[in-house]
Amino acid sequence: MTKKIALTQVEGRSSGWYGLLVLFGTVILAGLGSTWYMEHNGHWVTGMNNQIVWGMPHVFAVFLIVAASGALNVASISSVFGRNVYKPLAPLSALLSISLLAGGLAVLVLDLGRPDRLIVAMTHYNFKSIFAWNIYLYTGFFVIVGVYMWMMLEKKMNRHTKTAGLVAFLWRLALTTGTGSIFGFLVARQAYDAAIMAPMFIIMSFAYGLAIFILVIKFSYTWLGRPIGAYVCLRQRNLLRVFLAAMLYFVAVYHLTNLYATEHHGVERFILLEGGIFTALFWIGQIMIGGIIPLVLMFHPATSESRIALRIAAFMVIIGGICQMYVTIIGGQAYPLVLFPGMEVSSSFFDGQINSYTPTLAEIVLGVSGIAIALVLVLIVVKFLKILPASLADSAFDPNYVEPVIHPTDDEAPETA
Amino acid sequence: MRRTAAFLRLLGAALAAVMLMASVPASANDGVPMPQLAKPKGEKCVEPTDYMRRNHMDLLKHQRDETMHKGIRTKKYSWKGCVECHAATHPDIAEGKVPTLYPFCAQCHHYAAVQIDCIQCHTTVPESVMKSSKAEGEADKLMTMMKGHLGETEQR
Amino acid sequence: MTDKAVQSETGTSGEGCGGAMSRRGFLGISAAATAITLAPGVTLISPAAAKPADQAASPKVRWGMLVDVTKCADGCDDCVVACAKENGLKSHNRPETDAQWIRKVTLIDKANGFTKTLPVMCQHCAHPPCVDVCPTGASFKRPDGIVLVDKHICIGCRYCMMACPYKARNFVHEDTRGQKPHAPRGKGTVESCTLCVHRVDEGGSPACVEACSKGSGALMFGDIADPNSAISQEIAKYGAARIRADLGLDTGVAYRGL
Repeated sequence: MTKKIALTQVEGRSSGWYGLLVLFGTVILAGLGSTWYMEHNGHWVTGMNNQIVWGMPHVFAVFLIVAASGALNVASISSVFGRNVYKPLAPLSALLSISLLAGGLAVLVLDLGRPDRLIVAMTHYNFKSIFAWNIYLYTGFFVIVGVYMWMMLEKKMNRHTKTAGLVAFLWRLALTTGTGSIFGFLVARQAYDAAIMAPMFIIMSFAYGLAIFILVIKFSYTWLGRPIGAYVCLRQRNLLRVFLAAMLYFVAVYHLTNLYATEHHGVERFILLEGGIFTALFWIGQIMIGGIIPLVLMFHPATSESRIALRIAAFMVIIGGICQMYVTIIGGQAYPLVLFPGMEVSSSFFDGQINSYTPTLAEIVLGVSGIAIALVLVLIVVKFLKILPASLADSAFDPNYVEPVIHPTDDEAPETA
Repeated sequence: MRRTAAFLRLLGAALAAVMLMASVPASANDGVPMPQLAKPKGEKCVEPTDYMRRNHMDLLKHQRDETMHKGIRTKKYSWKGCVECHAATHPDIAEGKVPTLYPFCAQCHHYAAVQIDCIQCHTTVPESVMKSSKAEGEADKLMTMMKGHLGETEQR
Repeated sequence: MTDKAVQSETGTSGEGCGGAMSRRGFLGISAAATAITLAPGVTLISPAAAKPADQAASPKVRWGMLVDVTKCADGCDDCVVACAKENGLKSHNRPETDAQWIRKVTLIDKANGFTKTLPVMCQHCAHPPCVDVCPTGASFKRPDGIVLVDKHICIGCRYCMMACPYKARNFVHEDTRGQKPHAPRGKGTVESCTLCVHRVDEGGSPACVEACSKGSGALMFGDIADPNSAISQEIAKYGAARIRADLGLDTGVAYRGL
């Protein structure tokens, strides 16, 4: 069996910690500034309009919300599926998922036409709306994962970890189903209206969340100077490979189903062949950068064992994920609604036209600030709670670890960050 | 932040209401001059003045839902009705030509630092005035000014 | 008193003038006031009965519209102009964000080049997707079938715009100026055709219908739940299609010659 690995706080007094705090803080302030600018002038100063009603903020927000659910993977695998090796990483996994959700929701709320009326969204409910369900799913997620973290971190409560973990696992499945259904239930839009959107979003959440988790681990352990062994990297690599392959499978099935129905040929031709930026983002961004190349990196004998390759692969998955959101959200709106099938349609209101969208700086900054919100939360919480394992070295982690002849005891590595 | 601001506004409103009821004239050490409310049209309001001072927002909100969702368009507590009687001219606004809500609603709300959400969407010029085409053009220009007066920009 | 009024409002023609009398009596002062604002010279509309001001919209009525595409003239946008004037819609010379509650759409049949033109606006569905998706309930359907946005509780999420199959909704992208007293509009909220609900409640017909009646006469307004109304009889006689009937939304706006 593995040794018990201590979870420790980070000191949070180094210039590196404060540097990150200032960096994320600046991005968040810039995001708030963007919101003020958009709300003060009205949304005409953005690239969004009556045709493309959801823009860049939604790309980032939905990406973060989807990734949030996936970031819980490691905790779920440990608590629900009984893989004890992941246990030391479970609290970080839970923290990251809460943080990512907070970042995504913040962006979503700050882009509302009337963000000052957020209280209305809390007091008026239309229970037929998937959005209204999601308000419950999101707030419930905070509570459940919060309790789950408590069960994990408080020794007296440890025995409830499995139950809390199971509830959190089921809840996150519901949450991503809800997020995917935001699009899946839009009957009129050619690109959406598919039940497969929900399971596809779940599998995407697995991949995106894990990719972010991998990067957060890598960078924090490098900066902290805490050891990180090959074992934990390879385990995560194996998981990411499976998730990516499954994601590509779902994307293929989604498009093949659409291609079979003549009714959907128009939108498929648009996304897959003639959509310009959307076609490029689909094939190069979503499929190549977000799927094929990382898979090759993680399978090819020359790179599959490399940690740098894994880091690059994880980063590419995130880039691919944002491209995928752009293609799904913006591309789905760029293709016009079909009101009159078989007719050539024109009007002063852009009927029958491919709609254009040029994101403005304010929108992009607001979107990126969601990532900063998520990361700053992690940064602050790891200072005050014992979240990060003291070591991820093979000696501590790998159940089959064989002590090399020359090796320092590295459980209490010096803290440098 | 916003919640704090809202709380302060509420506090300000409560204070202002107390001061209004006591109808204390502006004292020398009072930073902001007391609002000098314009005299509305007609003999009396739809309810006694004291009641209106405390409850006008609730009456408006109730009527708003009745009208919006059920199409009940009784005049008594309607926003349009308020504007019709309470809009008055003011020498500082449109050279005193167009009646608006500034001399009545806005002054007091300004004093009490309570945002009037209504006028972000509703016009503050009476319907009877809006019907004359001359005033309509004027009203356009007015809205810009009015929104400034009513502190819309303070909200964000 | 209210009971009598309800009876007269919903009573069939067989109930005779007793109900009508009581309603007229009931209307009293307000009828005199509203009569001035009623549309003059309206020919093609079915006479809509004025509802007493204190009476809620009746679920037994369903307001609807019939568009006769064969009469709708190419190049005519009287309905669009009338709508903008009635509801205080201003252009900011930014077509992508400017509000259009009603628009003229030109269709060319790809097979044979046959061209027709028709107005498209909120179709006032019986099962509106915008109402289903709205998180706060700001999108709602009145008992008499008119689909509206309650801007007091609209948070500006635009999910309804994503859900609407007819692209009927607009987001207010800038500060509003010169709103009409009967048509409040505000930055950051969603809006769409109200079927001129302020006129309908006073017994009138929508501004677009009134404008069209002076020209092409392609628009007809009335109670499609009442089989005896002019609009229902017209639809029963000549038939009518709905845009995207395949979605099963049971729209309140019907098209002849689509």
